[in-house]
Amino acid sequence: MKNITTQEISEKVSLALYEACHNLNSCTLNLLKEAHSNEEDITPRTILDQLLENAQIARKEGIPMCQDTGIVTAFVKIGRDVHLEGDIHDAINEGVRDAYEKYYLRKSVADPITRLNTKNNTPAIIHIDIVEGDNLSITLAPKGAGSENMSRLAMLNPTDGIEGIKEFILKAVKEAGGRPCPPIFLGVGIGGNFEKSAEMAKEALMRLNPSSDPTIAKLEAELKDEINKTGIGPMGLGGKTTCLGVFINTFPCHIASLPVAVNIQCHANRHVEVVL
Amino acid sequence: MIDTSTWRKGDVINLTGVVYTARDAAHKRMQEMLERGEELPVDFKGAFIYYAGPTPTKPGQVVGSIGPTTSCRMDKFIEMMPKLGIKGMIGKGPRSESVEKACKKYGLVYCVATGGAGALLSKRVKKCEEVAFQDLGCESIKRLEVDNFPIIVAIDFAK
Repeated sequence: MKNITTQEISEKVSLALYEACHNLNSCTLNLLKEAHSNEEDITPRTILDQLLENAQIARKEGIPMCQDTGIVTAFVKIGRDVHLEGDIHDAINEGVRDAYEKYYLRKSVADPITRLNTKNNTPAIIHIDIVEGDNLSITLAPKGAGSENMSRLAMLNPTDGIEGIKEFILKAVKEAGGRPCPPIFLGVGIGGNFEKSAEMAKEALMRLNPSSDPTIAKLEAELKDEINKTGIGPMGLGGKTTCLGVFINTFPCHIASLPVAVNIQCHANRHVEVVL
Repeated sequence: MIDTSTWRKGDVINLTGVVYTARDAAHKRMQEMLERGEELPVDFKGAFIYYAGPTPTKPGQVVGSIGPTTSCRMDKFIEMMPKLGIKGMIGKGPRSESVEKACKKYGLVYCVATGGAGALLSKRVKKCEEVAFQDLGCESIKRLEVDNFPIIVAIDFAK
């Protein structure tokens, strides 16, 4: 049995949020560099240049990469042999509160009706899963609204099949155009039910590698190519790079259902995993 | 005074001048004030409106991270914009047809700054002063003096 205190969790969460908001991960950085070398026109090159310079300034000078430091989603995996001293929700929210105050991050969370700001960026949206082992892993994703607002969910007909799924996803991307800060990443959840598909779409964005299922990996690659053929381009101003990665998670669903959720993510795809 | 009449869609501009931040909440409040016949707390004449809400300013900084927010959420306020005497708007993403029409009719430009380049853009702000709606926090109206602030023209008003 491993004992983990709420204080340890809060401290790790706070640091991870600093990391996510200031340091573009090397995988994404490489994808942006590659995109820059593929583009020929002045507009997409200018934009990608700015994004690369922005990443450097953010890291070196400790300025958040983006002013929208998001609402925090946390995917928590608690090992069966972990004993938590205190409430996991409180621990994560304390880490969020600490990071958004200490690191001068924008507090962007408000009551949905009164629109009054909670003033500390809590509460985080927390998904908890119990797994084997004695580790506690938390993947934190501070996600901005520009991309989140462009997300879509459809309850397709089971007979719509792969073609119907692709059509829906491409429609969502085209409708989003330049709004979600392309080049985008795409998280897709196929199957499950209404809420399961949405959660899978968000969680798929936490991956950096293609699906381990070859059929799904092929679909991911095909969709990425098709999205890049739309010509939407960086910031929607045209170009070869519209999508940097597609990640699809699936789950069995009802014989009468085919839920598909598309969660659009901006070019920074901010997320950091901490393991205790 | 900046002459925007020669700006054409696709032009990369390095803007030096005065820009006021205003986004969802500030637009809503200004519209309500105008409907009540009240005077706005800021004279926007000859300046640009920048759809942005920065991160809090750290000690020693001019302003925090300050990239653009999605402009289409402000499309519904387009009728109000010519009344402000502005040169144009800066944000990110496409605008509705009504915005295109208003730009042509009233001689406004709409320009795009790079979304997610808030750190870089903060370095091009030389002065920042909160001038209205302080209670709106990051959504308050701030007067910025920008120097070589990189924008791309997305809607011009060429005939």
